[in-house]
Amino acid sequence: MSGSRERILARVRAALADVPRDERPGDVDVPRDYAREHGQGELIPVLTDRLLDYRALVHRVTAAELPGAIAAALARRGAARVVVPPGLPDAWLGEAGPVAVPDRPLDVAELDAVDGVLTGCAVAIAETGTIVLDAGPDQGRRAITLVPDYHLCVVPAERVVASVPQALPRLDPRRPLTWISGPSATSDIELNRVEGVHGPRTLEVVIVAG
Amino acid sequence: MSATFVGMPAFPAAARAATGDAQLRHNLRKATHTIRDRRRAVVEELDDWPRLRAAGRAVKDRVLRHLDHYLERLEEAVTAAGGRVHWAADAAEANAIVTGLVRATGEREVVKVKSMATQEIELNEALAAAGITAYETDLAELIVQLGDDRPSHILVPAIHRNRAEIREIFRRTMSEWGVPAPDDLTDDPAALAEAARRHLREKFLSAKVAVSGANFAVAETGSLVVLESEGNGRMCLTLPRTLISVVGIEKIVPTWADLEVFLQLLPRSSTGERMNPYTSVWSGVIPGDGPQEFHLVLLDNGRSATLADTVGRQALRCIRCSACLNICPVYERAGGHAYGSVYPGPIGAILTPQLRGTTTELDASLPYASSLCGACYEVCPVAIDIPEVLVHLRERVASGGGHTAERAAMAAAGWVLNDDRRLGLAQRAAGRMRGLVPRRLPGPGAAWTDTRDVPAIPAESFRDWWATRERGGGPDARGPADGRGRTEGGR
Repeated sequence: MSGSRERILARVRAALADVPRDERPGDVDVPRDYAREHGQGELIPVLTDRLLDYRALVHRVTAAELPGAIAAALARRGAARVVVPPGLPDAWLGEAGPVAVPDRPLDVAELDAVDGVLTGCAVAIAETGTIVLDAGPDQGRRAITLVPDYHLCVVPAERVVASVPQALPRLDPRRPLTWISGPSATSDIELNRVEGVHGPRTLEVVIVAG
Repeated sequence: MSATFVGMPAFPAAARAATGDAQLRHNLRKATHTIRDRRRAVVEELDDWPRLRAAGRAVKDRVLRHLDHYLERLEEAVTAAGGRVHWAADAAEANAIVTGLVRATGEREVVKVKSMATQEIELNEALAAAGITAYETDLAELIVQLGDDRPSHILVPAIHRNRAEIREIFRRTMSEWGVPAPDDLTDDPAALAEAARRHLREKFLSAKVAVSGANFAVAETGSLVVLESEGNGRMCLTLPRTLISVVGIEKIVPTWADLEVFLQLLPRSSTGERMNPYTSVWSGVIPGDGPQEFHLVLLDNGRSATLADTVGRQALRCIRCSACLNICPVYERAGGHAYGSVYPGPIGAILTPQLRGTTTELDASLPYASSLCGACYEVCPVAIDIPEVLVHLRERVASGGGHTAERAAMAAAGWVLNDDRRLGLAQRAAGRMRGLVPRRLPGPGAAWTDTRDVPAIPAESFRDWWATRERGGGPDARGPADGRGRTEGGR
């Protein structure tokens, strides 16, 4: 604690002299009749459409096809060393050869030297094409999905929800959360979107359904 | 709020200069029209937009009406999560707190995430005076910093620069700050973004201290939320050891669930995207992940004074999306610099005079920097009635010092308009003298006619025409005697 705490609180209370003394925060009505979801279509096709709109690479595979799809994606990328979080399912890299670099944790320079990162996700939001990471065992700490230039992300169908209002109750705000909607981009030059600035410039998503 | 734009002329003079700059007008028109169209498309995609907007407004009103309660909740939650909370009554105190915190780390450099609050308090200048270099990492902020320029837009501070100008700034100045621009740099936006990546990479990877703002602070959980696009925000919020966030006291939302409203309203209103590329959420300190020292500096700096005005208070609902700038015909032509504040456009015209007061000529002129067309209110995701506040602030300015000519004119108008007989006489006198009215008004009225024609005065007033018509009228009973519409030229 420091500075002008009491002074600011006193000023705020004085400024609110018009608010009845017995009014509680909950007495200020908030209409909640907005939609819980917008019925924009089947979840996986909508999510795919939104991700493609952001220029992410997207694949849809079955659980049995997943290790092969991961191996193929890494081979196309030419990624020989891929950082992995501590709880990544062993089977995911079953067909990819010895590419995994465990986060021991790695320092920033080591992270900068790998070819990419492979993670799962906590939730994905179809309507907005958003993948949310919560530092769970299959995702790891925030830095590993930030410093490498290539992020390969596995999205199990059961973690896909329709909308933002459906996503929030599934997330724990005490965990560090990163919401990712496509690769790093900027709109700062003439307000046109350009992909690829400081975050991973390539986002590749493998949706596992069935 | 301190004076970022020292010695700025009042809005009309600054706007006159800006509207004469063809390159600036072209850049602004292109950018604002691009973003307008994108916003409209993604807003129309949500059929419940009006209800989301009503909820956003109501959540913010709940916070503002009980701000003391929520500030205490937020402090409690952040502290419980391992953060330290500091309170800054004004810009000087906030700068002193941040400077002290940086000094305590022993570092002489900080990386910065784009933040309106730190621009408002001129933190970079304060840090520089203490021998600490602040590196702006948002692309547009970088363009402004390298170009020794001023921000002209809330979301895209370099909106007044086109790609060719940005290329020149990068080529000329990047080498003075760090990694130079490549020799063969083109004005392709992808190449410019790549140059920014290379320029800042080493800074991110070695930075020990970062300074940010926040889009939202959740009172219930102590979570801070930063929305961004490039990943520079993630770099600053994740890699350094110490994170200092300067956040206006009005940025609070009550609960985690309330974010479901704002994470829909803000990206679609702001960049016209369904969602911005990156949003970071953190609560205090997370062992083994990200900064291990977190400071939240709660900033008043005129906000509690704004809160005291029951009409003007609604400006504190603002979530800094900049949709009102992008839609505004005055902003599109005048540009952001004419507003003389880090908050330009319609929201700036009501926020700046409330945060800073209306004692300077510039700040007193801001409530007049609008045609009151209402487009800003239509697009505002939290339904701030900007025209209502503008008119309210004009009353405040007109009843304070200055603007005596307008006060006298209004008093005279009241004397005429309040009496039926006087109004009739005045209108008939004006009709007879209509040939004598100059195109440009003399004296203080000249400023008004610099940008407008004096309305044509009809030969016969509507009241006289109506009276004649009611008495039986003549063949010309369809309209006033000169056959011209009553409203022509009279907007």
